[in-house]
Amino acid sequence: MTLSSNQQSLKKMVKGRGLAERHPLNWTRWITVGVIWIVVVLPLTALFLRSFAFRWLFPDILPGQWGLRAWDYTFGESSRVIEALLNSIGVALLVTMLAMIVGLPTARALGMHDFRGKKVVEWILLTPIIVPVLVAVMGIHIVFIKLRLTGTIWGVALAHLIPATPYFVLVMSSVFANYSPALEETARSLGANKFRVFRYVTFPAISSGLLGASLFTFLISWSQYVTTLLIGSGTFVTLPLVLFPFLGGGNAAVGSAITLIFVAPAILVLVLTSRSLGRGSTVMGGFGKI
Amino acid sequence: MKLDRYSLKERLKIPLMVFPSMAVIVLLFGGGLVFGLLQSVGYLPVAGLTDFTFSHYVNVLTDPTFLRSLWVTFRIAFIVTLLSTIIAVGMAFVLREQFPGSRISTFVFQIPLPVPHLVAASAVILLFAQSGLISRIAVAIGFIDAPSGFPVLINDKLGVGITLSFVWKEVPFIGLVVLAVLQSVGPKYEELARTLGANKRQRLQYVLLPLIMPGLLSTWIIVFAFTFANFEIPLLLGQTFPQTLPVQAFQEFQKPELTSRPIGMAIATVIAAITIVLLVAYRRLARYSRA
Repeated sequence: MTLSSNQQSLKKMVKGRGLAERHPLNWTRWITVGVIWIVVVLPLTALFLRSFAFRWLFPDILPGQWGLRAWDYTFGESSRVIEALLNSIGVALLVTMLAMIVGLPTARALGMHDFRGKKVVEWILLTPIIVPVLVAVMGIHIVFIKLRLTGTIWGVALAHLIPATPYFVLVMSSVFANYSPALEETARSLGANKFRVFRYVTFPAISSGLLGASLFTFLISWSQYVTTLLIGSGTFVTLPLVLFPFLGGGNAAVGSAITLIFVAPAILVLVLTSRSLGRGSTVMGGFGKI
Repeated sequence: MKLDRYSLKERLKIPLMVFPSMAVIVLLFGGGLVFGLLQSVGYLPVAGLTDFTFSHYVNVLTDPTFLRSLWVTFRIAFIVTLLSTIIAVGMAFVLREQFPGSRISTFVFQIPLPVPHLVAASAVILLFAQSGLISRIAVAIGFIDAPSGFPVLINDKLGVGITLSFVWKEVPFIGLVVLAVLQSVGPKYEELARTLGANKRQRLQYVLLPLIMPGLLSTWIIVFAFTFANFEIPLLLGQTFPQTLPVQAFQEFQKPELTSRPIGMAIATVIAAITIVLLVAYRRLARYSRA
């Protein structure tokens, strides 16, 4: 007994969690865990069942007949899902790339330097996070019409860039805040040029943070609804736009199938980032915007 | 953080690094707000409107529909923030400890975070509609015997469906903030309070709550602002009348008559003004909690 518990505590110490004491499952913990699993898993299960149900009459708890009709329709020509899916991916990649180009230098400046006007920069970054982007997009709509940006991927990407840029910069600035430039100095003194310093020193050091920030920026664009509705003018449709009519009284099976496609990248990103970044990181906090 | 020696080259370096992202936000976001403001005071040359007027604001602010929308929006945002906080803090207190299944449950707890709002709404419809899954389970148990026996929770007067979708999304958001604070502090202060003779309630009131309060306050502002500004959930799950402010603003804006655009923009500007107050409060708080 004593030996095995000693071994256990030794194992815990080795794993670096020596101080965390392990508790048994009492009823509070049982209820909490039960509620969490039901509340999270039940909605996703319901969507899954609904999308594969051919006939699901009231009050059956499980579908009476199964079928692939909803999925067939979803991937058919008339639903526009494939077109919307490609648009969603395309615009999200474009937004992530643009946010990276305009955001990386600012993130580095914020994370690694103190400078006059830093407070102002922080204010400007925070404003689109709390003040709704919808207001600005409604205001700028008329300008986008004049510039012929409405209904195009570029117009929609620019609209998505408003919420995406501040988040990318804030997440990356916390990555840069934990990054020491000492190695860059060394590389430069050994004769490396700017590109090689970035390629072999800076990039490897920030790459996992950059991946998290990029995935997260991708998701911000991916989940945009009203900005795309307004700037896309109905000609540029993304997944949430195609999904919406199916939810307000349309075919629920097709609606569930599209919802599942729509949610897949979000869960994938969560799995990827929770491994590399851990809970409580800035990336996780920023998810609130989606 | 490193203080730079301000040589001439250094002086140009920082502004150049900051410029691209600032340009994007100032031009697109700031520009959008300015153009919106101009339209709300009647300046819309495309529609032949060039006279500055505050009449749209007067009309909007005295319109009973607007006032009801404002109330509904505030009520929903307030209830969501309150409910989410209670559930999130309770769950964070349980999840901070290690027990069999705590790690995987903490992961499952986070799943709603990156899930788009529209997905939450979609699932709420499947579960809480009168012929939804919960209603079917109620029939199986014997609580009700027809869909009409199940309460109307979608497009309802109280906004139950809206509240459920938001709470589902926001609980992990608040929960993770609280969890992060609790885990970074560790058990040392609680242990100390225990050795000084503090009981469970005293430890909660005098040790744990003061520790999580600063993080909680700023999270409240963000959750309130997000709920206040959300568009798709109330559009899908809310009543046709009264709607929340963002939906009302957008619908006015989308009306075919170009003359109703200024009205939509006036409502949108009111939303912006309310959230700017929240923004200032957030910054004040950040400064306060750092000090």
